[in-house]
Amino acid sequence: MFENLSERLEKALAGFRDRGKLSPDDIKKGLREIRLALLEADVNYRVVKDFLARIEARALSAEVLESLTPFQQIVKIVYDELVNTLGGKAQGLNLSTKPTVILLAGLQGSGKTTTAGKLALFLKKRGHNPLLVSTDVYRPAAIEQLKILSQKINIPFFDASPSEGALEIANNAFKMAKNTGRDVLIVDTAGRLHIDEDLMEELQSLKESLKPVETLLVADAMMGQDAVNVAKTFHERVGLTGIILTKVEGDARGGAALSMKEVTGCPIKFLGVGEKLEALEVFHPERLASRILGMGDMLTLIEKAQEAIDFRKAKDLEKKIKKMQFDLEDLRDQLQQMKKLGSVRDILRFLPGLGNKLQNLPIDEREILKMEAILNSMTPQERRNPHIINASRKRRIAKGSGTTVQDVNKLLKSFEEMKAIMKQFKNPGKMQGLLRRVLGI
Amino acid sequence: MLNLSKKNSQPEDKTERKSLFERFKEGLSKTKEKLSSTLGEIFVVEKLIDLAFLEELEEKLILSDLGVETTMALLDPFKNKILKGEPVTTSDLKRELKRISLNLLADYEKPFPPDGKPGVLFFLGVNGVGKTTTIAKLALKLKEANKKVLLIAGDTFRAAAIDQLKKWGERLNIPVVAQQEGADASSVIYQGLEKALREDYDFVLIDTAGRLHTKYNLMEELKKMYRVMDKLVPREKRVNLLVLDATTGQNAISQAEHFSKAIPIDALIITKMDGTAKGGIALAVSHKYKLPILFIGLGEKAEDLLAFDKEAFISAILPD
Ligand SMILES: Nc1nc2c(ncn2[C@@H]2O[C@H](COP(=O)(O)OP(=O)(O)OP(=O)(O)O)[C@@H](O)[C@H]2O)c(=O)[nH]1
Ligand SMILES: Nc1nc2c(ncn2[C@@H]2O[C@H](COP(=O)(O)OP(=O)(O)O)[C@@H](O)[C@H]2O)c(=O)[nH]1
Ligand SMILES: [Mg+2]
Ligand SMILES: [Mg+2]
Repeated sequence: MFENLSERLEKALAGFRDRGKLSPDDIKKGLREIRLALLEADVNYRVVKDFLARIEARALSAEVLESLTPFQQIVKIVYDELVNTLGGKAQGLNLSTKPTVILLAGLQGSGKTTTAGKLALFLKKRGHNPLLVSTDVYRPAAIEQLKILSQKINIPFFDASPSEGALEIANNAFKMAKNTGRDVLIVDTAGRLHIDEDLMEELQSLKESLKPVETLLVADAMMGQDAVNVAKTFHERVGLTGIILTKVEGDARGGAALSMKEVTGCPIKFLGVGEKLEALEVFHPERLASRILGMGDMLTLIEKAQEAIDFRKAKDLEKKIKKMQFDLEDLRDQLQQMKKLGSVRDILRFLPGLGNKLQNLPIDEREILKMEAILNSMTPQERRNPHIINASRKRRIAKGSGTTVQDVNKLLKSFEEMKAIMKQFKNPGKMQGLLRRVLGI
Repeated sequence: MLNLSKKNSQPEDKTERKSLFERFKEGLSKTKEKLSSTLGEIFVVEKLIDLAFLEELEEKLILSDLGVETTMALLDPFKNKILKGEPVTTSDLKRELKRISLNLLADYEKPFPPDGKPGVLFFLGVNGVGKTTTIAKLALKLKEANKKVLLIAGDTFRAAAIDQLKKWGERLNIPVVAQQEGADASSVIYQGLEKALREDYDFVLIDTAGRLHTKYNLMEELKKMYRVMDKLVPREKRVNLLVLDATTGQNAISQAEHFSKAIPIDALIITKMDGTAKGGIALAVSHKYKLPILFIGLGEKAEDLLAFDKEAFISAILPD
């Protein structure tokens, strides 16, 4: 899998520690690594080029060259520029007119219909009265799909038959919104290729007739290099006001979002983070920036955690960690939960900045089985008070678990290390809090 | 025997092959004029190549979603030659690149579709890639070959997903086994396979809900469906097809990895090749996970499916 950027830099510039200081040549090498990392994250080739040109001068500055922690400096420069490019503050929707029309457009299967339902629910929760309409008269059961979604969230739906035209349906829905006092009309459209002349014309006519305040491109986070062509063409044809990125809860790095932002200048407004209609989040550039750099993404963790973690136990654990009462009994619990989460390495990959620190801890699946066996061979008393485990107890535990005394020692040492790391986060931000809850460290 | 895949087809009519090939290429290059930069452009005249030339080529390959790793693996040997001062001409490069890329694509060794009564095709993939539509397309092909085909609506999760497949069934006049939204997918599959066995169907095509490969519970659900099929139809009569969207970038690798960890994948289908995305990542996926590509999707209609053609695919990515 992809390495994160600081690891990459560390590796590429390994020799630098002997020389004590980075040279401009090292920086060039570093920039190459950044380039590869961005390309692997699906940022468009040309967008990467421009991006690197923007950060080169700063990376070559004395501030970096003379720093004792140049990697962190470089990563920070890249990160800041990414956040900048992705667009400063989170942007809400413009709901100035009444009824406000929100038009959703995009390629086939990008998530438009689901997003229409999500936006309706989002607005309803904020006191609006949306009306939903589907103009997808092409895909089988497309109108039915939005109808079912609207029933689930109890929001009015303008029903129509695929035999009517998209424009006719939309105009009638607009009239209904006006007559029934709905303040927002959310218009779902059929998926279309940006090079499909007929359908792009249809979209233009929808735009001209409805005069939407928001025209949002719904795009899949897994998109590759072609994202620039898609976003550019949609923008040229209908004038986008924003982008919604979907399926973000997966493990795609989402570099396409950077490309689309670059070529259209349109803000990314929301992220779709699941198939359920609640799974919509306001966009924060910081998160996407860390994800593009492979520095971790909390959404994925949350998702995984929600699926597998016993939350009551997690709460208990959190309390214990606060009081530094975490013991081997808890560790065993955590290991059992971690197994449910699937590959541990997979999870660690998503942890910002901590990947490195945890590298020496046993995160091998077999190691975990071994650890579990050792923990199972201890008495509850030993697990609760690890300090009583003396040499003879160690021999007994090793024998019982089919391991060696070294293995037992190793586990006890890892446990001390975990506690030490936990101490470092005495005042943990939200992220670390989550990390601890998930991994129990 | 019926054979839909290229690899195993009997020596066929030359003209038929040619027209298929042309349709394939046409589909892939429909948009070529629209793109300011076609790969062919940089190969106009025969000349010795230099590093700048390779860099230009690198750009084209990466823009086709080939990925950094595959691109480097393809170009590094030439780069080394040039650095050593050995002459490389454009035609050397062209020939070699084509040869190597063709070799990267895995071959499908078995007959497709599997002989079975029923032969079972199981469709998997992340959300929105085109599983349901591809099922309709393949079902049409099988029906046109006078086969008795049954569809199973295994996507019991997405709103109106069952309806979508049923509508296709009506259009193509092919029966669909379905339960209600929210039903257990494995149970629909069991019911469908039982019917197929009882009523002597030739082929069963099973739709599943789109799922992100990172979701533990959904991948477990997939394993369960697989085990249920084990009870009724032997593995040799089943083909598990992973559907990939040509617009997908590097994530397709992770998709292939995770799906094949859950259940064995036999082959790939690449959809949405009618757009401007080149689907280059399929090359890496096919190579890395030894997954042959069987078909490509070229549109939203039931007719828009073509047997995969290695040559045409590679020449759409590489310069002519
Ligand atoms: N995992 C995940 N799936 C999503 C998300 N948003 C949409 N989907 C799924 O993606 C698939 C396609 O979503 P739709 O909303 O039908 O997409 P669409 O753009 O309307 O598709 P067409 O109308 O067929 O072009 C469905 O299976 C959705 O459940 C998301 O944020 N995460
Ligand atoms: N342009 C194009 N669109 C396709 C192709 N295959 C499927 N689609 C469209 O992609 C969208 C999602 O397809 P669907 O079959 O519902 O995907 P599923 O969620 O994987 O079952 C639909 O709008 C299809 O019409 C293709 O080859 N080309
Ligand atoms: Mg839709
Ligand atoms: Mg489907």
